[in-house]
Amino acid sequence: MWNNTRSNNGTMRFSMRVFALLLGFGLTSSVMASSGGGDKPDPGEFIIHHIADAHDIHLWGEGPSAVHIPLPVISYSPEYGWSVFSSAHLLHHGEDHVDMSDHGMEGAHAEPEGHGGGQYRCHKTELTYSLDGNGALHAQNNSGDHVQAYDLSISKSVLGMFIVIFMMLLIFPRVGSAYKKRKGQAPRGLQNALEPLILFIRDEVAVPSIGEKKADRYLPFLLTTFFFIFLCNLLGLVPFIGAFNVTGTVGVTLILATFVFIITTVSGNRHYWGHIFWPPGVPLPIKLILVPVEVVGILLKPAVLMIRLTANIGAGHIIILALTFLVFIISDYGANTAAGIGTGIFSVAFMIFMYFIELLVAFLQAYVFTLLAALYFGDATQEAHH
Amino acid sequence: MEAFLNTVYGTVFWSTISFLVVLVLMRRMAWGPILQGLKEREEEIDGALNTAKQARAEIENLQADNERLLQEARAERDGMMRDARDMSDKLIADAKSTAKTEGERMIDQAKQAIDGERAAAVADLKAEVAKLSLEIAEKLVRQELKDDGSQQDLIGRMISDSKLN
Repeated sequence: MWNNTRSNNGTMRFSMRVFALLLGFGLTSSVMASSGGGDKPDPGEFIIHHIADAHDIHLWGEGPSAVHIPLPVISYSPEYGWSVFSSAHLLHHGEDHVDMSDHGMEGAHAEPEGHGGGQYRCHKTELTYSLDGNGALHAQNNSGDHVQAYDLSISKSVLGMFIVIFMMLLIFPRVGSAYKKRKGQAPRGLQNALEPLILFIRDEVAVPSIGEKKADRYLPFLLTTFFFIFLCNLLGLVPFIGAFNVTGTVGVTLILATFVFIITTVSGNRHYWGHIFWPPGVPLPIKLILVPVEVVGILLKPAVLMIRLTANIGAGHIIILALTFLVFIISDYGANTAAGIGTGIFSVAFMIFMYFIELLVAFLQAYVFTLLAALYFGDATQEAHH
Repeated sequence: MEAFLNTVYGTVFWSTISFLVVLVLMRRMAWGPILQGLKEREEEIDGALNTAKQARAEIENLQADNERLLQEARAERDGMMRDARDMSDKLIADAKSTAKTEGERMIDQAKQAIDGERAAAVADLKAEVAKLSLEIAEKLVRQELKDDGSQQDLIGRMISDSKLN
């Protein structure tokens, strides 16, 4: 018995060490590779580049030797129409020419211009597309004028979102059918693993905030939101796959917050709006101050939801990247090996610590977002009781 | 702002579509059956617990009933035994009193009979005495006719002969 627990502990400790080593290696490798280019990279720019959404998945390497997974670029210009092509054309400087002739357009590469890399001329729309230093897509017409084109690409964050949705559609319907098939039996397997989380959202988040009767109406949204955010957060913590940062992307959290705003506004009852536009039991002069504050609050509440989630997840990624970068800054980009090793030990140790914090944050932020959304729904549907 | 908007269009567009799709699909395929299943199971467990509670209460009732019946039976038995004892006591007492009165009555009868017999005997004796007296008187009268002395002897003799009982 004693021996058994001891060996179990040993196995666990060993696998934790391997995990930590892999993490440390995974995180540092991309930076080490990037420092091989000769120029000293600017840490701030580097980090923001990794946090921001992108038109490709950057696995490793920098410059011409970089390994990317190109993603489809989709652009719509009200004047010139749709254009779909691989982002490889914009990233690789004239190499790997992809023939798009069977899509009714032919790719042609111009010389790399500025920071953004390549250009791509779509023959159908006759627009030339390029990326700027911030990764934003720009379109020019034949006379070189800037054209308004909406960038609807399947970017890194969009792909991450698709992966999460695919996972959700793979997991949850199966759990749902388990409840139908194994009616009246104890939960098992996947169903057993997810039931505590579902019950947690129902019994600790939805029911206390909204009330037993009305909670059922909002539960599908709250559960979807919770698991979507949670899985997106976890996806961002998987090393080696190009650091997805879905919930750290403003566009995604903006939409999540907009859904919360719409549902709150639509389900707001007379009591809710009454409290906003004519707060009862408050003297008139204070009403004049309170009403604008409340009105701004309607929009501010979901806006804060959006900012909190984006900032928390983005900050986690920034801290880990910053800790990685610390090694290169202190070792003067490889000039001082001893300092690099010394800092590296502490940096990696602290990074592993941060990684566990981030695992907690991944859950916590999903929980906080869901809880606050539930509280807003509860506010909106609360019956008058005074 | 424009640059920011430029990078945000794509994610906004795709997140709206994908979130709506996942919400609708999950609602139909996952959350509906899951929440329904959880509710049903909870109701089932609640029902089972209630049934168990009721069964326990019933058993307790039954036990109380049994206890009460037993108590009643015991009381009844005690009552019956007491009644029987009372009855036998009464029977014995009755028998005793009857025997006594009967005995007394029989003694009385005997006494009366004896008294009757004695009266009859005395009456017979008197009649006999009267008869004797008459006979003696007759003899005396006859003797007197002979001599005085002999009359006197005869009377003495006769009286000594006739013993009164």
